[in-house]
Amino acid sequence: MSSDLIDQVLSITPGSHLDQLRRHREVARDNIQKAYEALFTPHDASQVTALERFAIASFVTGLHGQIVLADHYAQALSDSEGGIAIAALINDEIERGTTEGPYGVYLAGPLSAENKVGPLYSVAPANRSHIGNKLSAALEHAHLLVFRPRDASKAALQALVDAGWSTPAVVTISQLVAYLAFQVRIVEGLSTLAATVATTPGLPKVTPASAIA
Amino acid sequence: MTSIPNVFTQDELGWTPWLEPLAESELTERHWTGLVDASRSKSPYFMLLAHDPEVLEARTKADKDIFYNPNGGLPRAERELSATATSRHNGCIFCASVHSRFASTHSKRRDDVQRLLDEGIGADLGERWNAVKDAAVALTDTPISFGPDNIAKLRAAGLDDFEITDVISASAFFNWANRLMLSLGEPLPANAA
Repeated sequence: MSSDLIDQVLSITPGSHLDQLRRHREVARDNIQKAYEALFTPHDASQVTALERFAIASFVTGLHGQIVLADHYAQALSDSEGGIAIAALINDEIERGTTEGPYGVYLAGPLSAENKVGPLYSVAPANRSHIGNKLSAALEHAHLLVFRPRDASKAALQALVDAGWSTPAVVTISQLVAYLAFQVRIVEGLSTLAATVATTPGLPKVTPASAIA
Repeated sequence: MTSIPNVFTQDELGWTPWLEPLAESELTERHWTGLVDASRSKSPYFMLLAHDPEVLEARTKADKDIFYNPNGGLPRAERELSATATSRHNGCIFCASVHSRFASTHSKRRDDVQRLLDEGIGADLGERWNAVKDAAVALTDTPISFGPDNIAKLRAAGLDDFEITDVISASAFFNWANRLMLSLGEPLPANAA
């Protein structure tokens, strides 16, 4: 029995190699799932609605090009009330926003030599008029956090507040984008590891330390 | 007038939020549960994140297990190295300061850690540390550039799959942490915090 999202998207079966690796850090495994549930079936959805959460998640995972999670959240968005009406628009914004990170500009000083400029994304005017300033501001902030986190600023946070997001909403949106940046890397890392196990002949079978101890 | 740190350092820094954290008088049972350790009510960072206590609780418990669980897997120093390389690549001066100190303390290789901070992700830290650092950096790229070559290098450096999983988890976790620390406030010199 497994209701764990990462198991589902990676088709991890009980007792498999990836299952053993994940269960070696069982508390982390459980809490990665709990964070997912807290973000998408929240205790309080009054500040950031389910539709807004899935729209942001579809955008963020789409920008990462992490296909299995992008599919999961795109489906969840389409299944949300009002989601079908904006799913195509979010896909359009994923295409418009896709680039390569991390980039950004450091505070003037020795690190200025490492400054790397890149696109400053904003939602297309036609799409903005459809989804409104509030969700558009959240997508623009999500793009900043995905690709150029070092460019984050007090002004960027203020833009969310000015668009109508409360302080708790800003915290939730920040956690949402940051968590998804984590989740796509866990899924991508584990799937890459699983693929090499399958193609590495004679790889020694590893035994979890917990089984030895 | 103190200035905001603009170089990577192993010195202790402060951090100040750009939005109002909760006040201790506002905390309900739900918030205390979310903070996990009551002492975290003294931290403006955790008190800001306490606006969404369920997410904070899960974040904190995952963090502790990924970094502090002593049961097998990657040595603590190298989990911290993965976190430091990730923070260096994303540009989180505050996160890098904390976790480079931990990497130095646990490895006794302070000079190598400092070279990662000074020279950046191209610093040569020897085969095993390069493999860990390069894996963390590849995981931090968007789109993620981590691939079979990274895993081959980690295995060649002697890491088993439990250790490789810890490299992945530590880097992934800092892709979470960096984005909170960078976007919700800014570092301060320690004596200004």
